[in-house]
Amino acid sequence: MADTNRTIASTETAACGSCTRCSTGPLTRLGVHIGSWDFVIALAGNPNTGKSTLFNALTGLRQHVGNWPGKTVARAEGGLTFNEKRYKLIDLPGTYSLLSASADEEVARDFLLFGRPDVTIVVTDATCLERNLGLVLQVLEITDRVVIALNLMDEARRRGIEVDARSLSRDLGVPVVPTAARRGAGIRELLSAVEEVALGAYPARRRHLRYTDRALETAVRSLIAQIEALFPGLPNAEWVALRLLEGDESILRAVQDGTLGKLAQGGAPAGAAPLEAN
Amino acid sequence: MAEVNTQRLLETAERLRAEIGTELHDRLSEAIYADAARIAERAVVRAGEERRLSWDILLDRLLTSRAFGFPIMLLLLTATFWITIAGANVPSALLGQLTQVTLYGWLHQAANAVNAPWWLSGLLIDGVYLAMAWVFSVMLPPMAIFFPLFTLLEDFGYLPRVAFNLDRLFKRAGAHGKQSLTMMMGWGCNAAGVVSTRIIDSPRERLIAILTNNFSICNGRWPTLILMGTIFIGATAPPALASFYAAASVVTVAVLGIVFTLLVSAFLSRTWLRGEASHFSLELPPYRPPRILQTLYTSLIDRTLIVLKRAMIMAAPAGAVIWLISNVTIGGTSVAGHLVALLNPIGLLIGLNGVILLAYIVAIPANEIIIPTILMLTLNLARSSLAQQGVMLEMEDGQIYEVLTRHGGWTLLTAVNLMLFSLLHNPCSTTLLTIWQETRSRRWTAVAALLPLTIGFGATLLTATIARLMGWA
Amino acid sequence: MMDDEEMTLNLLPLNSPATVTRLTCQGADRRRMFDLGILPGARIAAVSRSPLGDPTAYRVRGAVIALRREQAEQIFVAPAAPQTVGQERGGAGRDG
Repeated sequence: MADTNRTIASTETAACGSCTRCSTGPLTRLGVHIGSWDFVIALAGNPNTGKSTLFNALTGLRQHVGNWPGKTVARAEGGLTFNEKRYKLIDLPGTYSLLSASADEEVARDFLLFGRPDVTIVVTDATCLERNLGLVLQVLEITDRVVIALNLMDEARRRGIEVDARSLSRDLGVPVVPTAARRGAGIRELLSAVEEVALGAYPARRRHLRYTDRALETAVRSLIAQIEALFPGLPNAEWVALRLLEGDESILRAVQDGTLGKLAQGGAPAGAAPLEAN
Repeated sequence: MAEVNTQRLLETAERLRAEIGTELHDRLSEAIYADAARIAERAVVRAGEERRLSWDILLDRLLTSRAFGFPIMLLLLTATFWITIAGANVPSALLGQLTQVTLYGWLHQAANAVNAPWWLSGLLIDGVYLAMAWVFSVMLPPMAIFFPLFTLLEDFGYLPRVAFNLDRLFKRAGAHGKQSLTMMMGWGCNAAGVVSTRIIDSPRERLIAILTNNFSICNGRWPTLILMGTIFIGATAPPALASFYAAASVVTVAVLGIVFTLLVSAFLSRTWLRGEASHFSLELPPYRPPRILQTLYTSLIDRTLIVLKRAMIMAAPAGAVIWLISNVTIGGTSVAGHLVALLNPIGLLIGLNGVILLAYIVAIPANEIIIPTILMLTLNLARSSLAQQGVMLEMEDGQIYEVLTRHGGWTLLTAVNLMLFSLLHNPCSTTLLTIWQETRSRRWTAVAALLPLTIGFGATLLTATIARLMGWA
Repeated sequence: MMDDEEMTLNLLPLNSPATVTRLTCQGADRRRMFDLGILPGARIAAVSRSPLGDPTAYRVRGAVIALRREQAEQIFVAPAAPQTVGQERGGAGRDG
């Protein structure tokens, strides 16, 4: 696949991705030829927010995107270099929340929680931000290495919706970058933000859960201790503790059948199927 | 040791859960959404939202309206196939002329020039090359038109509306509402359709969706339907309406596929896969103006060419097999002749013939090669029975009709039943493998193969019997 | 909308904005509703009905979500005053 190895000069030319004329600039799309990498980026978001379009814009791959929720059911992988750093990008199935139920959503949840991505890009739909923020806040509970792509900005503008990215960034404590992936707009800015977070240069503020309830806090603490003893190295023990307290069936199952133990050892999350390289 | 600790952890969690109260999840979720609402409130400046929303809603009203919802669905489907059939006719004929006459002649000349042994040039040119050439000319033009059109509808956001319109029927059939989405994915490729059932969270409903995905006509089968519709059904209409008749016949089979999806789902959900309907919610995304040039480009490169490549790869060995069984003789008759004679009684009973059944056995790896296989077998058998030398070459639609009716003894019933059997037979081997991977069950994989095959034999037997009783065939 | 009494969502006429008051579903179903942003306090309106009468599409938090009657019956809403009276006509004939 020679055409996936093309280089583009700026975000404006990202839209004409099929040519190979522009050969300077910091972004090289590597398609499926990732090789080794410096950082792993996970691409998460609600269904139908344009994750796959963004994935394509970033990697130069042409994963088919359709306008319906549930289009991506397995995770896809691609690569890119930006400012001499190599990134492996993982496009996850769309999910409304981390409390998943279906097989495709579980792929996304397991990777975000236990796949240890260096940076998570949460793709949001600027036209219905409020609902998208549910997932954003859940992701922020487990990591602060997050960049928000405020996608579909062109569509929002067409509908007369204006989103103040700076206010959002201030409230969330992580970078928020307006993008319009269909036109390739905002890609370079997004990557700059990803780079900053990956290198630890962004002063992120972790949104810790605030326990207003003393009993809950004590309960979570005691469960965390047990979980960490049982599954050493498991990231996000606090999240697991909360789900156990809620009686979340899929997590109870994962504890019982040993899935959680495997995830703790850093194995690839279950159910993950690689994209077929065309 | 680990089990003991796991048990202890779960017990602790349960005890603490009782202490804290069962509304914890509600409290946490509500806190998150309250936060989300507060943050969104600060960040979003809304203006003119109502105006543009009403445009989307107006369109939804029309596309899902009681009066127009279903007619528009049929109209769009028919228009898609009409454009495909009308547009593919001439390029198909040109490609056929180019690959099966011109190039084919050159290849034989070249083979003669280098004194290639007859069996080698036969195997490679009359077998491998000809099968690939047929797949190429029969598949490329309709796929190159159909895929972009379908992708435009998909990118526009029409598919979820179809699911929305059809959901009541799926509910009655005891199926999940998202099964209509996986069904439409199957219209591209059944293997992809089976994988897409992962969006259904209830295992029972997911299994129903997997087992019935085969009733979605896939890209390997559209060309068979389009060809049969064009040369047999379209030919019965006045010339001006021929493409429309052809398109309508293809749509009829596709709709019949939906009917079988519903019937078999209803059967499964009342017998082996009984259970409660699970939660259903479906987002209807905003309509997006499709980007036509990009769609043309990507659907041509990603779908058409990939599908074509797969078909050609499958066609090459199939062509070799066809040539071999047509030319290796046992007791004076070719292996193909023996096999066809063996299958003929069953084939003719169900309004098909032995060649078609043999073609479906050869084509288990890929439905794409059905038509070339049928044509090559029919020609080879006709040739050997007439003891003629040289293959009949020109394969425009008209000639295909000649070959099938004169040498193959086809009637309108054969064509109609081939269309039915194309809908109702076992999934290709790729799809079966995918079903096994997704279910990890030999039993359900076997059901997925045998159920449609049984229905196919039953349905074609029924139409053949009716046709005979009515004196049509 | 003469009164503002609580009713289940499936009975809400098209284009009459309402506010979610409570959900009677439990467990995973309840969670799914929350995931869609359907929880007490959310504003919701029915925007279109399937040609066969069910499911119905609802606008909630900027998105349009289709729910079957079984799901809608588990959501209680209190109708709010209609924002635009003119919009109501569109749904009047299809409300069966």
